[in-house]
Amino acid sequence: MPSTSTKKSVLQYVGLALFAIALLIFTFMLSLDNYQFNAEDLVANLAKDDAPEVGQMHQEALRNAAEKYGLFEETYTTTFSAQKALKQVFYQASADVDATLAETGIPEGKEKWEVELPKWQFKSQLTGWMQNAASGPVSNNPLLFFFLTIGLAALGGLLYIIPKFQTQPGIKHNHIYHSQLTKGLDLGWRSFFLAATTLGILVYGFYYMDDKWIWPAATGLVAAIIIGLVLFAQHSFGRDVRDAGPEGLSSYLGIFAGLYFMGFYVLLYWASQHVVGWVAMVSPISEGIYQAVSGNDSGGEASQWFLYGLMYTTIMIVMGVRMISKYRHNKYQVIRTISVMFFQLSFAFMIPEVLLALNKGWYGDKATLPYQDLKSIWPLDYDFFFDWSIKGFVDNPGSLGVFIICWGIFLVIVGVPLMVHLVGKRWYCSWVCGCGGLAETMGDPWRQLSDKSVRAWKFERIIVNGVLVFATLMTAATIYSFLPNNDYWFTRSTFLIVFTVLLLIGIGFTVFSYLKSKMEISRLGISLAVGVGVAIIALNLWTFTMGSETYLFGNTGAVQKWYGFLIGAGFAGVVGTGFYPLMGNRVWCRFGCPLAAYLGLVQRFQSRFRITTNGGQCISCGNCSTYCEMGIDVRAYAMKGQDIVRSSCVGCGVCAAVCPRGVLRLENGSADIGDRAVAERNIHIEDMSVEDNWTERPLAISEEGGISIF
Amino acid sequence: MHVAIIGNGIAGVTAARYLRKLDSAVRITIISAETDFFFSRTALMYVYMGHQRMEDLMPYEPYFWEKNRIDLKRAYVERVLTGEKKLQLGDGTTMAYDKLILATGSTWNKFGWPGEDLERVRGMVSAQDLEYLEDHTDKIQQAVVVGGGLIGIELAEMLHSRQIPVKLLVREDSYWSNALPPEESRMVSRHIKSHHIDLRHNTELDEIIDDGSGAAGSIRTKDGETIEAQFVGLTAGVHPNINFLRDAEGLELGKGIKVNTYLQTSVPDVYAIGDCAELREPRKDRRAIEAIWYTGQMMGETVAYNVLGRKAEYDPGVWFNSAKFIDIEYQVYGEVPAHGRDGLSSLYWEHRDGEKAVRINYEASTGQIRGFNLMGIRYRHEVCEKWILDGKHVEEVLQELGMANFDPEFYEQYEHAVVALYNQQTGKNLTLKKKRGLNAALRYLGFGKKASRAFVKAE
Repeated sequence: MPSTSTKKSVLQYVGLALFAIALLIFTFMLSLDNYQFNAEDLVANLAKDDAPEVGQMHQEALRNAAEKYGLFEETYTTTFSAQKALKQVFYQASADVDATLAETGIPEGKEKWEVELPKWQFKSQLTGWMQNAASGPVSNNPLLFFFLTIGLAALGGLLYIIPKFQTQPGIKHNHIYHSQLTKGLDLGWRSFFLAATTLGILVYGFYYMDDKWIWPAATGLVAAIIIGLVLFAQHSFGRDVRDAGPEGLSSYLGIFAGLYFMGFYVLLYWASQHVVGWVAMVSPISEGIYQAVSGNDSGGEASQWFLYGLMYTTIMIVMGVRMISKYRHNKYQVIRTISVMFFQLSFAFMIPEVLLALNKGWYGDKATLPYQDLKSIWPLDYDFFFDWSIKGFVDNPGSLGVFIICWGIFLVIVGVPLMVHLVGKRWYCSWVCGCGGLAETMGDPWRQLSDKSVRAWKFERIIVNGVLVFATLMTAATIYSFLPNNDYWFTRSTFLIVFTVLLLIGIGFTVFSYLKSKMEISRLGISLAVGVGVAIIALNLWTFTMGSETYLFGNTGAVQKWYGFLIGAGFAGVVGTGFYPLMGNRVWCRFGCPLAAYLGLVQRFQSRFRITTNGGQCISCGNCSTYCEMGIDVRAYAMKGQDIVRSSCVGCGVCAAVCPRGVLRLENGSADIGDRAVAERNIHIEDMSVEDNWTERPLAISEEGGISIF
Repeated sequence: MHVAIIGNGIAGVTAARYLRKLDSAVRITIISAETDFFFSRTALMYVYMGHQRMEDLMPYEPYFWEKNRIDLKRAYVERVLTGEKKLQLGDGTTMAYDKLILATGSTWNKFGWPGEDLERVRGMVSAQDLEYLEDHTDKIQQAVVVGGGLIGIELAEMLHSRQIPVKLLVREDSYWSNALPPEESRMVSRHIKSHHIDLRHNTELDEIIDDGSGAAGSIRTKDGETIEAQFVGLTAGVHPNINFLRDAEGLELGKGIKVNTYLQTSVPDVYAIGDCAELREPRKDRRAIEAIWYTGQMMGETVAYNVLGRKAEYDPGVWFNSAKFIDIEYQVYGEVPAHGRDGLSSLYWEHRDGEKAVRINYEASTGQIRGFNLMGIRYRHEVCEKWILDGKHVEEVLQELGMANFDPEFYEQYEHAVVALYNQQTGKNLTLKKKRGLNAALRYLGFGKKASRAFVKAE
């Protein structure tokens, strides 16, 4: 019978079934354990070394409140009911402490905040309490559940993937747009899911920021400005775009996958008290690694971040095998995939775990080695310059911490621009980076769903560069706030000077390239870039002359917290991965990653990397554009015989791989890059009037984004 | 001035783009009965196979046309009234034009086979053909594709992707042997069979047999074999789509619409381009009708100049073409006749896996390079073209051959093996001096010093 799915062997169906079973167990195991609290664990972390009597008062209040509500007698069957009971107890205890303080008065020489029992304590203690209270099948047999979930899923995945090596090598795209998992959504439904998710994150952000509405409100305002800019200032409103989504919600498996990913990230980042079962299940592995490396007999319990790292790595390896099977005719793809798998397994996962295990003690004791992914670069690694991070590095007795600081700064200022100049940003984005690695492996089935419209491109440019500006300002505020005013060689003034000089170099390069290049560079873009640069320099001068205590943001802690919530967790995680099946596998890399924006600026203005097109061979089939995960309309260039120099291109090489006529090639070479990236090269007639149009910088570009117009 | 263009394929759309590029005042209307918007015809197969959606085949976003003031009219032109300069449209209205460009493309051949007008007997050229196939796919248990050309193999691959057993009937004793030299032709035949498509050489269709409902149920070959087939794909070539022009006054038709080198027809102010145009005086070694994407594009560009009164001869330059036979990519540059030519030497290297090959043709007497045929290996169009135009000596070319390689990074380079083969055959001792790389190629092409167009002009 005719079929709109690929042919699968029995083994592959078995693999799919095992994967489905594993997913079911993984989901429902969270409801298997019971939770029973005892007084000892409940109050353990409330002791205060510096003020024992305050700690005792808190412990006393909490214990009394727990007894009052019968917390210790009850067995809770879900994390939700347990959380509810704990909350009631804690809030009662907090109120009791307040009442006691009102009665006895605040002790001599103390501030109120030092002696009260604050509500934020509840959030930070919750997951620990839940972990200690859990008992039942998962807690009793963690390894069994590990094998039944992650183990079984990996096995099922491999059973499904390995037989693919027996098929003939070549492009494997049959039925991607027939599959309910990979066909995607139309513009309307995509917009709906995006708007709903964004609103959800902003509303939750209000709660997350302890009811400070200013942060979500400011973010909403910025979003409105961006939408206004794209739709009205850049004339996207009312333009008929090429939208080709399927009917309604026929991509139901994709939607389910997306919602599942989003749910996973929400629990991981913001509600880890509900996933203590998952964490318990991987804890023996974490302890095994820790104890084997450190030689200790105990310690090394997993946190949710270990769970995340382990799953991330497992998924990347299994799906990396899939990527290799799919593109095994293409050596570039094979080597590149092995590279991201290697960097994830070693640099992102194992090396930091080993560094941590080599510390003298577990949490609490002063670390001798920092937990750091050496390939993670600011501003993607946005907390690299946070005060606690820098202190962690500097306070190390050994020299490794200082090395890591120097290495991090070297990468940002020298390593990144130099490598991008030589080979393009691909060296990082599709060869090394963990986010890119997940996109290229787990995300590959959805790479075709990126929006290729010029409108999407306009959003992309403003948002991704906007995040870069936000990350820069947040980091500058952070560094400024913890630097001393004097008594050290590197002071706030020195920092402002260095920062300003770096900005001036950047602006200089940009303006120079703009004037020199014949390439189409948006006038609006260049004005915005220089404008923002100049504004920051003005801010630096103002801060410098006023000798201000803070840089731009009054409260550095709050801006760090909001950045971590909105960009670090919401954008990179919930939307970045959750939207793989809805908007393609590079949503974060394309629209959100500040490092990608930085790499992209260098790639656009100062790189030898480009995608060359092969003469007049393009047949406009659109495979290159369709399978571009970054939403670049590759065909628009290829059919004009134009070399492609785009800031967003991560150099995955799939456009060149899927081209049926051998038109595209990723190349490094500086010769004639400005000439070959000009407008139309696919020309046969000698005619000066057309020639003239080439040298003239097209004015329509700021409006048109350099695409599709003559 | 109002220029009407009939047909929104690559030829008609390129003409419209260049008209606008050269003249901002001219009024342009593209008329098509097939689709609202221009799409890439060569990519229709990818929609059926689920690689892309129909909209992904559209190179321009819908607002492009309005922005560039190119009017699109969805209508069928029933008659061209050359005397009155009017088009009679299917909805009963007429449209006046000052100049007319005919770019109506081609349609698939029928050769008078009995049963060729039954249901589920169809070619694969238009959006409607694709729609028809999609609508009837669920009734197809087995299929037969007749004709071993570029569309035949695509249609076979399409049906195969839906897990329909396909038999591909080829009249000759290997695939597309009237265009490919024997070694390449046999390579493709092997490749087709290895992909479980039942390729039948030396097999011709005799008749298509009704299954009783007015649709195809089986076919009979000239050898008398009966093959069950609920779908019969007719892919034995295409012909110009010009039937509606039969009564156009003064318009001289042959197999196609006769045009001179300025792409003018026998009627003033009427031009013809693309698959439907038949050149009165084709250039040496070229055919009068070349139904390929690239020539349609070149004609579209050329005709725009002529319509605007700026005389430009149609010069298709050095022959090139490309295709993909299931997973083997194919590129040809210059002169590569299927059956060779007196005085033309051919260096043919084939990889031991039997799926990659390089053929280099050159004059036996002078050593001048004439053509390249590539199977499973990509070469740079511009470099090959310039070598051919410059008439480089084959030995010079061989020593620099790496410069032409356009395969992705990390791919093995076989140029040394090609040179070694030449040495072995001639007793020479050449060495490969250039490896794959962009800068060397660009230096050779001399960009920077002159206009960097994608097509090289002879010096």
